[in-house]
Amino acid sequence: MTTDGRAACVVGVGETRYAKWGGIADTSEYQLAVEAVLAAIADAGMTPDDVDGLASFAEDRNEATFMAADLGLPELRYASLSWLPGGGGACAAVANAAMAVESGAAEAVVVYRSLCQGQFRRFGQGPGNMPARVGPPRVPHVRRATSLLEAHVAFTMPFGMFSPPIAYAMVLRRHMHRFGTTVEQMGHVAVTTRAHAARNPRAVMGDRAMTMDDYLASRMVSEPFRLFDCCLENDGACAVLITTTERAADSAKGPVSVLGAAQGALKGFGHGQYSNVGMPDDDYASAGARGVAARMWARSGVGPSDIDVAQIYDHFTGLVLLSLEDFGFCGRGEGGPFAASGALAWPHGALPTNTHGGSLSEAYIHGLNHVVEGVRQLRGESTCQVDGAETCLVTSAAGVPTSALVLGRR
Amino acid sequence: MTDRTPNATDERPPKPRPAPTPDADSAPYWSAAREGRLVVQRCTNCGARQLYPRDRCLVCRGPVEWVEATGRGTVYSFTVIRQNYSRPFRDWIPYVVALVDLEEGPRVMTNIVGCEPDDVRIGMPVRAQFEAVSDEAGIALFAPVSGADSGADSGAD
Repeated sequence: MTTDGRAACVVGVGETRYAKWGGIADTSEYQLAVEAVLAAIADAGMTPDDVDGLASFAEDRNEATFMAADLGLPELRYASLSWLPGGGGACAAVANAAMAVESGAAEAVVVYRSLCQGQFRRFGQGPGNMPARVGPPRVPHVRRATSLLEAHVAFTMPFGMFSPPIAYAMVLRRHMHRFGTTVEQMGHVAVTTRAHAARNPRAVMGDRAMTMDDYLASRMVSEPFRLFDCCLENDGACAVLITTTERAADSAKGPVSVLGAAQGALKGFGHGQYSNVGMPDDDYASAGARGVAARMWARSGVGPSDIDVAQIYDHFTGLVLLSLEDFGFCGRGEGGPFAASGALAWPHGALPTNTHGGSLSEAYIHGLNHVVEGVRQLRGESTCQVDGAETCLVTSAAGVPTSALVLGRR
Repeated sequence: MTDRTPNATDERPPKPRPAPTPDADSAPYWSAAREGRLVVQRCTNCGARQLYPRDRCLVCRGPVEWVEATGRGTVYSFTVIRQNYSRPFRDWIPYVVALVDLEEGPRVMTNIVGCEPDDVRIGMPVRAQFEAVSDEAGIALFAPVSGADSGADSGAD
């Protein structure tokens, strides 16, 4: 990604402490966001005086325009919020920041995400029982849905369908039906990721070893998803600083390039009664990312065989398998056998994946921590370091409008 | 798993099934279901059928009308919910959330009733039955088709 000689790169990453749901009570979610942004700036060897942009993605409670004052930015020249939702938008927010930097609209943009689920309602839940309207509207008007959530809630809540595990369990059930994907294959994702987390002192589940037997014994939530198929609920924040390669030349740890990125949703998303349920069968029983994948590979100039390490969004184990297929690491329907072959395991797998522990075992920060880990890998700083890693794929969530990017060391 | 259910000592009366709030696009769907009829949108230009209701055809952007559906379909995918701490759903456990492909094309979200959760299969023929959930809305649940009986049923079993 480069225009007029201005190329974007990541020069700083920052994190707060990560803790289980409700584990951070002495600091607000907003304060954690500020803390993470400042940590990313410090990591880059810069100061807030060097920063002129802030970016996030949909469903963020913490406004950039409010935060700019607390950060003491000299002037806010760029502030954006990707429409892509929590889960799908982390890579898009980074890509938008990179575009802003490359266009010259801004010099240094920090992307942030903070999630304190103990302080707010659990993420991704429906808005409860919709209240009945009482009395006539104050001004006569036509009432019509203006968002996916608003449109869908009436068609889901009456049936007790109000949470992502239920929605995406049906995607996996369909994938199992078509391709023979198994519970044990999903279990490989959970167990492998937990082993990676054991080496990561930041990981929420770093001290909780998991065997396949442990996985299979975990309680069933929404078939075929068990508890250990579902990502964590936790408190924490992280941030990523993007600037030009020129500015990065004297950065503390050297630049990591954004080789290419893409975002969007296939036609058919939002056509049905919830999220992806109205899509054609081939797209429903997939990550829904084939369009994003094709555009990202084309723009980045590399392909799946060039990737040394991957951070694949893991809200649910099974959807990692589907993303591996959509991004071309294995054939259609082969995500399960690919994972079961040991491909995802550090250090000897063909594609060490989620080397920080992912959302399943490090922390659920809507996948911005996956970008952080990608940067660490290319700096040689990961706790599961892939020797000589020069390329890292980072994806955002499967099953929703999504985004992805390739980081490179060059 | 039973010991994890937090309502062991909850003596409050059961909470009713949540009712949808109809809006300009969806009100005809809910009122039809209240009367025991399943309806879908049909494009008067290209004939495409759709649900979630919109104010135009998602294929050709043409105008849409509501037409009656047979109420017959097949299970496209499903999940059995084994854990849910929210009322009223925790009282339903285990229950089946499913997507049903209607004969007319659109895919609807529903609960499968009338059989054990473990007996639900992808491809299973099902038919609609209706439940009133408010003065202005009903919902379509689906039950397995038994034997030669394949007609839609507007009665509550």
